[in-house]
Amino acid sequence: MNPATHSGRARRIGGLIRKETLQILRDPSAMVIAGILPLLLLFLFGYGVSLDLRQVALCLVVEQPNAETGSLAASFANSRYFTLESGRDRRQCDADLVAGRLKGVVVVAADFAARASRGDAAPIQVIVDGSDPNTAGLVQNYIQGVFGNWLRQQQIASAAPAPAQVSLVPRLWYNPSIESRNFLLPGLVVVIMALIGTLLTALVVAREWERGTMEALMSTPIGIAELLIGKLVPYFVLGMAAMAISVATAVFVFAVPYRGSVAALLLVSSVFLASMLALGLLISTLARNQFVASQIALIGAFLPAFLLSGLIFEISSMPLPIRLLTNLLPARYFVPAMQTLFLVGDVGAVLVPSTLSMAAIAAVLFAATARNTRTRLD
Amino acid sequence: MWQRIAHLIRKELLAVWRDRKSRMVLIGPPLLQLVVFSFAITQEVRNLDIAVLNQDLGVDSRELVARFAASPYFRTVGALRGMAEIGPALDSRDVIAVVQIGSDFSRSLAAGNAAPVQILLDGRRSNAAQIVQGYALTIVDSFNADLSERHGHKPPARSLVARAWFNPNLESLWSTVPSLMVILTMLVGVIVTALSVARERELGTFEQLLVSPLRPIEILIGKTVPALIIGLGEGTAILLAAVLAFRVPFTGSLPLLYAGMVLYLAAVIGVGLFISSLVATQQQAVLGAFTFMAPAMLLSGFATPVENMPDWLQMLTLGDPARFFLVIVKGIFLKDMPASEVAQSLWPMLLIAVATLSGATWFFRRRLQ
Repeated sequence: MNPATHSGRARRIGGLIRKETLQILRDPSAMVIAGILPLLLLFLFGYGVSLDLRQVALCLVVEQPNAETGSLAASFANSRYFTLESGRDRRQCDADLVAGRLKGVVVVAADFAARASRGDAAPIQVIVDGSDPNTAGLVQNYIQGVFGNWLRQQQIASAAPAPAQVSLVPRLWYNPSIESRNFLLPGLVVVIMALIGTLLTALVVAREWERGTMEALMSTPIGIAELLIGKLVPYFVLGMAAMAISVATAVFVFAVPYRGSVAALLLVSSVFLASMLALGLLISTLARNQFVASQIALIGAFLPAFLLSGLIFEISSMPLPIRLLTNLLPARYFVPAMQTLFLVGDVGAVLVPSTLSMAAIAAVLFAATARNTRTRLD
Repeated sequence: MWQRIAHLIRKELLAVWRDRKSRMVLIGPPLLQLVVFSFAITQEVRNLDIAVLNQDLGVDSRELVARFAASPYFRTVGALRGMAEIGPALDSRDVIAVVQIGSDFSRSLAAGNAAPVQILLDGRRSNAAQIVQGYALTIVDSFNADLSERHGHKPPARSLVARAWFNPNLESLWSTVPSLMVILTMLVGVIVTALSVARERELGTFEQLLVSPLRPIEILIGKTVPALIIGLGEGTAILLAAVLAFRVPFTGSLPLLYAGMVLYLAAVIGVGLFISSLVATQQQAVLGAFTFMAPAMLLSGFATPVENMPDWLQMLTLGDPARFFLVIVKGIFLKDMPASEVAQSLWPMLLIAVATLSGATWFFRRRLQ
């Protein structure tokens, strides 16, 4: 290669990069999606989206109060998980359960004390709202927990000989205080980068196709590789900047620990961003229409990054075809990688396979884009 | 006047329908999303791998390990050989939990003392980890019950009997599919409206509309009604799929559901129009739509319950139409919610719809003058 063509190439790419950068800086919507939306999402997730139940509205119906049911009611009232409402008649509580004002109803039947003192089975009825299965399961567990504690206290008070028991001592590694933001915020960075990498790129390039300026670019001496590089570099920088802002906000505002190295963060996130940019380019070349491109980008990048990446819903619990499908999604590798970097550190066993998988996906997507761009022009 | 509007509506519907790609985007992806996300969005926890480190040599510990191995909740239950293996097993995400039984486990039990068993969980997946902890607790509880029976203790008389109303087996699908109706109709309603005006602006045909005899309010109606029709069509398709394909029970009143859907769509279309009155290009319209939809989705209670949010954020959710439609959809599908309760969520949506539509009209007029 002689120096003249080399400098020509550098100049061409440089010119493209400058043009794209100016376009980003002049269009406020690009800055909104790269700056404001990530912060909005981070703050919503950091403050609002929480899987930790608080103040579960519970109705305790005691049909015939006495000393024993009084101590049970006190146990529920003292639990920090519940806001308790008590009544004698369960019909009002049932209606509130239908309305969604209550998450659960606990009914102590009139003959509870009599049956218990006789040694007969004395069940306490618990009804939870199954229309939200996850919360229902957690509420059941919490009620079971309060009841179990109460039972143990009663046993100690009655001084009956307690049988030898196995006790389970749980310890949550990496996130001992069970803050859901500690694992949601690292995952949210993934969603934000997917959004910038794919949606923004897909829209920008689709517009060029729509307006015919892409053909104009193609008729210049610029090569396909140069064109792709020139288009992508500014969005790559924008994506990495959004990543840096998000990570900094997570660490400094929300006090999520970061235990990995900066080098690993940069490496893994650039590979992920490259795969997202490649996806955005591919979508825009296939769609060539901003409406279609935006819809495909939402479906192909944003929603999977949110729902199929293991961020909120466990991948291992999904049915087999969907589990296989997730293997094709870069976000599915990046979410555990980010959570590991934040909460554990540089764990090669997680980071190396994730990075390689994302790099492979990115390579396939770039190859497909280059092929498509070329054939489309013929 | 009505005829002019009818023509405009027809033109709008044709514009979406004639373009093969737009047509496919309106039909294919929502159905695909419905299927994929319905099955993917499950908060049940299955097929997880755990490991056991048993340092005890007695019979009791072996029986406890056998119970873990026999549990249907875990896919594999591996055995670790030493404390040094615990860290790498959890760090690499090979297992979500390690159950560790100390060397004096059997001795403590035989002596009538409490015998602790440690369970170490992967906090990167706190939610799943807590559910695994619940499963482990169930296994230990049943082990304890059998143990005390063997030692001649009577089972305790007082017990809890839990039942879930509306969804006895706590099927995730029953809650997810109706929720997706809320999300997907919002997606369609906002995007179709926001983009249709922006596209005309970008192509320059919007000026042609303005010089036509149509008044601004007529143009607005002409943009609102097609989006409403498309949104209702989308919602109906999801409703049919939910009942016929996913077998989600439908217990409530169909007219009430549609009343909710119309108000909900009106509210989100108002937002779409509002966005389109602010933007100049389709790109800005999509990004603007997105800036509204992402928080609206998060605050609706779809992914995590509204009650878990701090109070100031709960106040903010009162402006989110998706929050109210979610209550209606779930209530009508699963709970046979009475009309009086549905109305409690209908009127806030009505207020929001009036606010967004009149706000959009005002902005539109101002931009046109």
